[in-house]
Amino acid sequence: MTFASPAALASALTAGGYLPDEGLATAAYLALRMNRPLFVEGDAGVGKTSLAQALATVLDAPLIRLQCYEGIDVAQAVYDWDFPRQLLHLRAAEAAGRAGDADVLEDELYSRRFLLARPLLQAIETSPSVLLVDEVDRADDEFEALLLELLSEFSVTIPELGTIRAATPPMVVVTSNRTRDVHDALKRRCLYHWVEHPDFAREVAIVRQRHPGATEQLAAQVARAAAHLRTVDLQKPPGVAETLDWTQALLTLGVDALDPDAVMHTLGAVLKYREDQQAVVRDGGLVALLEAAANAG
Amino acid sequence: MPVDLDVPAAVAGLARTLRSAGVDATSDRLAAAVEALTLLDPTSRDDVYWAGRVAFCASPDDIARYDRVFAAVFDGVRTLGSEPTAEPALRVVPPLAVPGDASTAETAGDAPPAAASRLEILRTRDLAALAEADRQEALALLTTLSLVGEARRHRRTRPVGHGPVDRHRTLRRTLRAGGEPVAPSSLRRRERPLRVVLLVDVSGSMAPYADAFLRFAHVTRRARGPRTEVFTLGTRLTRVTRELSHRDPALATAAAAAAVPDWSGGTRLGELVKAFLDTWGRRGMARGAVVVVMSDGWERGDATLLGDQMRLLRRLAHRVVWANPRAGRPGFAPLAAGMAAALPSVDALVAGHSVDALQRLARTVVGAHA
Repeated sequence: MTFASPAALASALTAGGYLPDEGLATAAYLALRMNRPLFVEGDAGVGKTSLAQALATVLDAPLIRLQCYEGIDVAQAVYDWDFPRQLLHLRAAEAAGRAGDADVLEDELYSRRFLLARPLLQAIETSPSVLLVDEVDRADDEFEALLLELLSEFSVTIPELGTIRAATPPMVVVTSNRTRDVHDALKRRCLYHWVEHPDFAREVAIVRQRHPGATEQLAAQVARAAAHLRTVDLQKPPGVAETLDWTQALLTLGVDALDPDAVMHTLGAVLKYREDQQAVVRDGGLVALLEAAANAG
Repeated sequence: MPVDLDVPAAVAGLARTLRSAGVDATSDRLAAAVEALTLLDPTSRDDVYWAGRVAFCASPDDIARYDRVFAAVFDGVRTLGSEPTAEPALRVVPPLAVPGDASTAETAGDAPPAAASRLEILRTRDLAALAEADRQEALALLTTLSLVGEARRHRRTRPVGHGPVDRHRTLRRTLRAGGEPVAPSSLRRRERPLRVVLLVDVSGSMAPYADAFLRFAHVTRRARGPRTEVFTLGTRLTRVTRELSHRDPALATAAAAAAVPDWSGGTRLGELVKAFLDTWGRRGMARGAVVVVMSDGWERGDATLLGDQMRLLRRLAHRVVWANPRAGRPGFAPLAAGMAAALPSVDALVAGHSVDALQRLARTVVGAHA
């Protein structure tokens, strides 16, 4: 599926349940059209991961996700050989008396049927597809080097087998939380976008889209309260993910307008540090929060 | 904007201005920006903005610079010149030794020391009390610090004689043996050094030691590789890891000094440790790392904030080390408000006023308990 303009992609994403702002829509549009990976950074919970899910929905392509962690390597990210089956094959060949011809046997052993595709290879072999390389900053330098070939050539080289190329390049979304700097070589291959917290109107729209049960009033109150919390000095200011969790918690309790009780009971859905909860509640902070929320009218 | 606009030339002009503003606008990024713009409307200001931004920027810092340059180039707003150019120059601090004080008297009393013992004396002498030539010699000594030590188990593996099976090697060997089962090869986890994070206080009270500390940071980074991060604490937090990655110690520390806009200003340690934790530490940089605060603990702000933040840091970090040059002086007691507040959360308080003390600090950092 192709899109004629950033606006067309934005409306498709909106219809799919993801509300991008202009910058994000433009960045995603360019990444799609230029076959470049999109490198997205931003505070936790601003919707970096769900962008990839939304893109998969609008492109009608499977989402292949690779969660990065320290020490992730080829065997977990790209491919691995199916060792038990290779050994069985070897034993079977020996039993059949074919073990003498080592070259033939080796070719058989290192053929595609004994290859296990991990996410990166899966994305290359599946066309079209959306590949999400999540939290790449958690992986280490060695893994970044491994990603380079994939992201620039959209191909995977397996020494025993040769190079596997993507028929059509997958749409790649790389996310990072900036726990460390990702190498420039990797960033240069990507288009870069910093995802901001959504503005008030967009956040209300997101809440209402995800939780149709929430009234306009509740959504507006929650969004204003969240915006207020982002101005308070907190260890972890709430992202959109927390706003959505909070709304869901309130809806589950059957609350349709914020009040002190409701806030106290559900604060754990939006603030995940004890110090943050105390900072918000003490010194009349709760009143300020409710006043900020009530400004929505 | 004229309609018959030469897009590549205009974008190249933007790239040139961006480079002068410190954005790494390489030619491949320029090509990407031009390509992006051909897909959008080059007469729309917004489209030009976004095409350039996604192609040229690589970090939030870049975005701020980009916004400034873009406004200057396309809206004619001349904010470029108003940006203060960072004060370069690693300030050479005149020796604090007053003629006739204890240190000069001591040297005068000795016979002229032989070269070896002179170095020994240099190693133990308070850096603040050295004459400039001696300081340079002492700083040169710092490059000999050894920082090999404590490592942690890493998820990457290396082959060894026993342990979990290395399936790849085993299969290869089985194949070589014509399918005959062979003794399996095995793997063991590699070890990799702990991350070291250095927070160097460059406020006025630390001026005599700051360049030595930056040298120390440079040695650490060279010895421990890319898993070392360095920040300076002045009036604000500055990350100087990149600047310190130069091989030459003098160039690296000069680059770091140039990057620090607030050399020798005042410090509010609590706020800066908080800034470190909020922007870098909690996201992962401080997790499981050895965090070294190099400061005299003079807190101009609220010491309780520093205490809170140090507790938080302690929960994240593998070990918290505080290097305080004043701790090397006789009769030192951690009485400075900041130091006292931080002390309960510090695993090791070491000196760091002399080359010798910095060597001890190095041993503490790498976990060889001296």
